[in-house]
Amino acid sequence: MKVQVLGAVSGLAVIAATAVSAEPQAEVLHYWTSGGEAKSVAVLQEEFAANGGTWTDMPVAGGGGDAAGTALRARVLAGNAPTAAQIKGPAIQEWYEEGVLADISAVAEANNWADVLPASIAGHMQCEGTWCAAPVNVHRVDWIWANAEVLAANGLEMPTSWDEFNAAAETLMAAGIIPLAHGGQAWQDATVFEAVALGILGAEGYKKAFVELDTDTLTSDEMIAVFDQMRTMRGFVDSNFSGRDWNLATAMVMNGEAAFQIMGDWAKGEFMAAGQVPGEDFLCASTPGDGFLYNVDSFAMFEVDGEEKQQGQALLAKLVVGQNFQEVFNLNKGSIPARTDVSLDAFDSCAILSAEDMAASNEGGSLLPSYAHGMALRGAQSGAITDVVTAHFNSDMSSEDAVKQLAAAIANSL
Amino acid sequence: MTKWLEENTPKLVLAPSFVIVLIFVYGFIAWTAWVSLTRSRLLPRYEIDGFIQYSRLFESPRWDTAFSNLFVFGFLFIVIAMILGLTLSILLDQNIRTEGAIRTIYLYPMALSMIVTGTAWKWILNPGLGLEATVRGWGFENFTFDWLVNPDMAIYTIVVAAIWQSSGFVMALFLAGLRSVDQEIIKAAQVDGIPTWRVYTAIIIPSMAPIFLSAFIVLSHLAIKSFDLVIALTGGGPGYATDLPATYMYAMAFSRGDIGQAASSAMVMMMVVFTIVVPYLYSELRSKND
Repeated sequence: MKVQVLGAVSGLAVIAATAVSAEPQAEVLHYWTSGGEAKSVAVLQEEFAANGGTWTDMPVAGGGGDAAGTALRARVLAGNAPTAAQIKGPAIQEWYEEGVLADISAVAEANNWADVLPASIAGHMQCEGTWCAAPVNVHRVDWIWANAEVLAANGLEMPTSWDEFNAAAETLMAAGIIPLAHGGQAWQDATVFEAVALGILGAEGYKKAFVELDTDTLTSDEMIAVFDQMRTMRGFVDSNFSGRDWNLATAMVMNGEAAFQIMGDWAKGEFMAAGQVPGEDFLCASTPGDGFLYNVDSFAMFEVDGEEKQQGQALLAKLVVGQNFQEVFNLNKGSIPARTDVSLDAFDSCAILSAEDMAASNEGGSLLPSYAHGMALRGAQSGAITDVVTAHFNSDMSSEDAVKQLAAAIANSL
Repeated sequence: MTKWLEENTPKLVLAPSFVIVLIFVYGFIAWTAWVSLTRSRLLPRYEIDGFIQYSRLFESPRWDTAFSNLFVFGFLFIVIAMILGLTLSILLDQNIRTEGAIRTIYLYPMALSMIVTGTAWKWILNPGLGLEATVRGWGFENFTFDWLVNPDMAIYTIVVAAIWQSSGFVMALFLAGLRSVDQEIIKAAQVDGIPTWRVYTAIIIPSMAPIFLSAFIVLSHLAIKSFDLVIALTGGGPGYATDLPATYMYAMAFSRGDIGQAASSAMVMMMVVFTIVVPYLYSELRSKND
């Protein structure tokens, strides 16, 4: 008798357990751990819970995602992949080739992703024709930020060509102001380099060089000119720039110590946090030249077992690309929505400019992935380019030597 | 039974640690060697593909810099730290009154983690904040000390910080050695009227040979595995001018998804360690057999 009761009770418990766990579950590995970013992720968690899901947060701080990447590798090798992980750019396809990503085409097609995302960004979310990742935001990388007061006091405007930039920098030097606030870290050198390259090579040349790795373009005279401009810009930074963090460089622009900074739109968050107003206290413009370099954060979806997890994955993908999340998240993060049909009323003037440029460049074919932020190339190749760029910028290497090294480094990285 | 236990207890007790070391040290060395022969990228793969990773490694200018930095850094760090440590210990050995306090002061940097040392020296050497700005503030407008931001000199800032951290420890090692020298011989020499410097060069220092060897081994493995100091002090910069093999390996494995490269650089690092340690082990084992 007693045994029967126990059996009945445990049977009930099993039923109860399945009933509870039938709700969507998602374990999400990400590296949004700083103040504004953590707030942005909380938005997604709340929305996920409101739709009946259980969210297991797995934030891994540190190293600009390096630590998260290590954690992810360990999880995947142990056969215990998270539902979704924050991965971006060609790394998504690299993970796909390891055979561990899931197909979320059903969600993507039901929600018309192909129509609401710009084509080149949608391309990053697809693995051999199927959808395998969901985009969260679009950061523009090729921004130039300026202190409005400093420019006005020296009778300068935002430069529209690199020659204008150089001339403005000379004027500022003469006035005792640091023309370019810059931090000597490899990724910051690369950020400036790709903006210069986009300006000098043009959208077509940029694509050939940093997406297709075309040797002729990489060793062309224009590429030498790009390195020449980098050498010129080396003269526009203060002597104390080595190792400086990007937000300290932004602070130099804020307090008028320096005039310009070339940095992605996360710099805007620093200006806004200090209570500055775009268009009044600080100015934003695209760096000289046509085109738009994007850095898109996304969640790659991993192959998971169990219906609850698969439901959770589908729900997560749907919410991430949903209009509400795209708006709220990007207002918090300082980037712009990846979908083109989100109302921009609540966004600031720089974000609106960014969205307009994204739409225009999407039509003109100059909406391009940022190489410096791991959107254009795989780690080994982009790392090889960055090595040359930072070695050239931080030494007296000639532009011709840099171009030769560039070609050799890329050949060696393949 | 007791007899069996008596004979086998040491083996039984040692067995777990032996197995653990076998797997987690030698097993993973073998694994790394295997992976270094493959084309592993993001995740390890196991199809052997020859020495491609090693030829990539030695064609990379960044590895060139990292590898030659290891020798510049290692040589200067070991030699200067030993000379400084020896000098300090001899000076401390003169029966001075506050020896205890001074010894603690010199030994204290060893208690700091390399990250703290690196960060502190980063501020001291920063031209806009530290030494250069201070001396200029005193009125010497032309004083320049920009090693930290000068790609040709930056590696020497790492040497300076590492010596600051470790020479106190070397001093303590040597001091222990000095104290262990037979006082009778020294007294006999003094009775014979031999000058103190001769006592040191002809008697004390030669009799400390084993201490030199230990200090050398400790310092050289510190030099080869140096990582945190570089990360904190220069971040490998300017450019990659202060990269060391350990930071190179980290960048390849964890930032670039190039595990094959990382494995091959790790193997080269291990070979460097072997070339230092194997002669040492050999001499140790041989002297035991004698």
